[in-house]
Amino acid sequence: MIYVRVKTWAPPGHVRTPAYLRGKTGVIERSLGPFGNPEELAYGHDGTPTLLRRVRFTMSEVWGPDCEAASDTIEAEIYEHWLEPAPTPRTRHHAT
Amino acid sequence: MPHDHPHDNGVSASGHPYRTDNDGALSYWQCMEIAVRELLVEKGVTTSSEIARQIEAMDARSPSDGAKVVARAWTDPDFRRDLLADASEATRKMGFDIGPMKLIAVENTPQLHNIIVCTLCSCYPRNLLGLPPDWYKTRAYRSRTVREPRSVLAEFGVLLPPDVEVRVHDSTADMRYIVIPARPEGTEHMDADALAALVTRDSMIGTGLPLDAAAF
Repeated sequence: MIYVRVKTWAPPGHVRTPAYLRGKTGVIERSLGPFGNPEELAYGHDGTPTLLRRVRFTMSEVWGPDCEAASDTIEAEIYEHWLEPAPTPRTRHHAT
Repeated sequence: MPHDHPHDNGVSASGHPYRTDNDGALSYWQCMEIAVRELLVEKGVTTSSEIARQIEAMDARSPSDGAKVVARAWTDPDFRRDLLADASEATRKMGFDIGPMKLIAVENTPQLHNIIVCTLCSCYPRNLLGLPPDWYKTRAYRSRTVREPRSVLAEFGVLLPPDVEVRVHDSTADMRYIVIPARPEGTEHMDADALAALVTRDSMIGTGLPLDAAAF
């Protein structure tokens, strides 16, 4: 599994990365695209071809200990430039 | 003066107030839509009749189209495989005009329940299922479905045991999603046409389950 972390940027404009996922770590579920970068398309630019990833997060990662069910999951499409490599979570090492 | 309906205190015969006419001022974006539309027509980019045809084409799409796709996935293993691999291509090959829509089909299993939301706006597979229900676009559905999906599902009457994983799909960008619900038990004797009648709009969003075959 490839772990990625969503960057914590907070730019203005037409951004398709939901705020509730910024700073959260997930795994790449599948890769899509490339698609024109919507942050550029929205302002009349050509839209740099940008890879789109579907990233899977656990509820516990996104919402912390008061989530409804820790192992339920959220998947969202995140553009490549919003993702950075993340280490495999330590708990995974202990589990294996 | 002859009159075919009463006007008693602005209340209908059933006791409800009449809906007021929409006499309010146009919003900024309504003005913008009208201006852009009239400019496109004036400049010959499109025509009023072409716009009307496109609205009719969108209004003609309905959840029954998606229900046919689901029923075929239940009865045709090759189609199911193709649908899960590339739902846009599979639905086009089946004969649906979904335009440029990029569709992903996600399948419910005994261990997994999928539910679709668009937290940022109201992305929905309109080119297959038609327009979304109003509640799909509300802030309550959009914000709560990612935060407490089991509570939302319970309000829709879908109660899932703890050992079934709930997977929320947030349509944040270019893809649209359809849930392939699990085929109900006791439907082994039914063909695709009969099965399609069991597939509800909500079961393809993930907020519902297919109808019970025993009810038919």
